Amino acid sequence: MTPGEILLIVLFGTLAGFDTVSFPQGMISRPIVAATLGGAATGDAGLGVLCGAILECFAVETLPVGASRYPEWGSASVVAGALFADERVMAGGALVIAVVVGLAGAWLGGWSMVQLRTLNAKRARKAQEAVARGEVHVIRQFQLTGLASDLVRATALTLLLLAVALPLRDTSILSWSHSLGTTRLIVAVIAAAVAASAVWKHFSTIAYARSIFAAALAAGFVLYFLV
Amino acid sequence: MTVPPLPLKTHLSMFVRLLAIQGSWNYETLIGTGTAFCMEPALRFLPGGKEGTAYREALARESQYFNAHPYLAAVAVGALARAELEGDAPHQIERYRRALCSPLGSLGDRLVWASWLPFCSVLALALFAVGAGPGLVVGGFLALYNAGHLWLRIWGLRVGWRDGLRVAPSLGTPILRQGPHAIGRLGAAIGALSLPLVFHRIAGAAESGTAALGIGLVIALVSALVLVRLQGRLAGWKVGLIVLSAVALYSTLRS
Repeated sequence: MTPGEILLIVLFGTLAGFDTVSFPQGMISRPIVAATLGGAATGDAGLGVLCGAILECFAVETLPVGASRYPEWGSASVVAGALFADERVMAGGALVIAVVVGLAGAWLGGWSMVQLRTLNAKRARKAQEAVARGEVHVIRQFQLTGLASDLVRATALTLLLLAVALPLRDTSILSWSHSLGTTRLIVAVIAAAVAASAVWKHFSTIAYARSIFAAALAAGFVLYFLV
Repeated sequence: MTVPPLPLKTHLSMFVRLLAIQGSWNYETLIGTGTAFCMEPALRFLPGGKEGTAYREALARESQYFNAHPYLAAVAVGALARAELEGDAPHQIERYRRALCSPLGSLGDRLVWASWLPFCSVLALALFAVGAGPGLVVGGFLALYNAGHLWLRIWGLRVGWRDGLRVAPSLGTPILRQGPHAIGRLGAAIGALSLPLVFHRIAGAAESGTAALGIGLVIALVSALVLVRLQGRLAGWKVGLIVLSAVALYSTLRS
C-alpha cells in the first residue's frame, strides 16, 4: 500500500465510523458501502464490493437500536475492503483475513462506542449544573466535544486495524493452503447461512411474510439452477 | 400565543443539527442534550432573545433526558420548539416531552431499523447477486436508503413544527403504522429470492465447481435453520467470526 492509499483508507474509515451514530447516519457505514470505498482506495472497487457483500450478509443480522450494544461496521469494513482489494487479484487467504478483520473490527468498534458513551456520560455529569442553568456555550461545547471524540475514535480504530491486519494478511497469503474455490465456498456458506437466518428473523413475525419467504426462496432456487 | 413563521435559515439550521443529534449520545441523558442543540436556533426567537431568561430556561428544560429514534426525534424537536415559542406551561411541555419518548422510539425502531434498513440491505445484496457493478450497488443502496431517511427527518420536523403539542395524531399516519408490514413482506420476498444468487456470486462458479456449490448451498440452508432455532442465544456474525478464524488458523498452520 502506498502512503496515499493509506491516507485514503484512514479518511474513509473515519467518515464511515463517524457516520454510524454521530453524523449523518446515512449508512455510509454499511459494509456494502464502506468496504467498496476501501476497495476503491486501493484500486479495485469490484473486489471491495465482493468483500462488502459478504460482510453485509453478517450485518443484516444486527440492528443499531439505541442503547443496545451492536457492532460498528463502518471503519472495520473500509479496512477489510482495502485489505482484500489491495492484492489486485483474488487471493483466498486475503479474503478470509479481510472478512475476519471486518467482523472482529466491527466487534471492537462496538466496544469503543460503549467506551465513548460512558465517557460522554461522565462529561454530562460534570456539565450538569451549567446545563441546568441553560448555558448555551456549555451545551454546544458538549455536543461538539462528543462529535470530535467520535471522529478521533473512528480514526484511531481504522489505524489500529490497519496496523494489525496488514502483516496478518501478508503472512496468511504466503502460507494459505486451501484452494481459492474451497475458500470462497466456505465463506459463501457461512455468509449465506447468517443472511438467510437474519432475513427470516427480521420479517417472519409479519403476517404472510413466512409464506412469502418460502415461495421466494423456492423461486430463488429455480433461478439459481437456471443461472 | 401566535408564533410567527420561522425564517428558512432557522429551519435549515435545525435540520442540519438534526443530522448530528446523536453526537453526544451518553448513558445519562441519551439524546437530551442533542435535542436542545437542535432546537436552539428556534429558541433564539423567545422573548428577550439569546440573553433572555425564557431562552435559558427553555434550553435547560430541553437538555434533560430524552430518548427517541434519531430520525423521528425531528418530530419532537419541531413540536417542542413550537410549544416553547407558543409559551406553553413548562410542566405541560415537560410532560409531553416524556410522553413522546416511547412512541417516537418504538415507531422509528420498527419502521427504520427493523424494516427499512434490512430491506435496503437485501436489495443491495440482490443487485450484487444479479451482477451489478460496485457503482450501481453502492449508489442504488445509498440513494434509496437516504430518500427514506431524509424524507422522514424533513417530514418529522415539518409536522412537529406545524402541530406543536397536538402532533400525536400525525404519528398515526399509514406509513408509520402499516409501512413496516409492507416493507417487511417485500424484504422477505427480495431477500429469499436473491439468497441463492448471492451465495452463487460469493462462492464463484468458476473456482468452486457445480457439485460443490450445490452441497454448499444445502449446508448453508441447514446452518441457517440451526441459527434460527438458536435465535437470541447465538449471534450469527459471532459464529462466522469464530469459524472463519479457525479456518484461517488451520489453513496457515497446515502448510
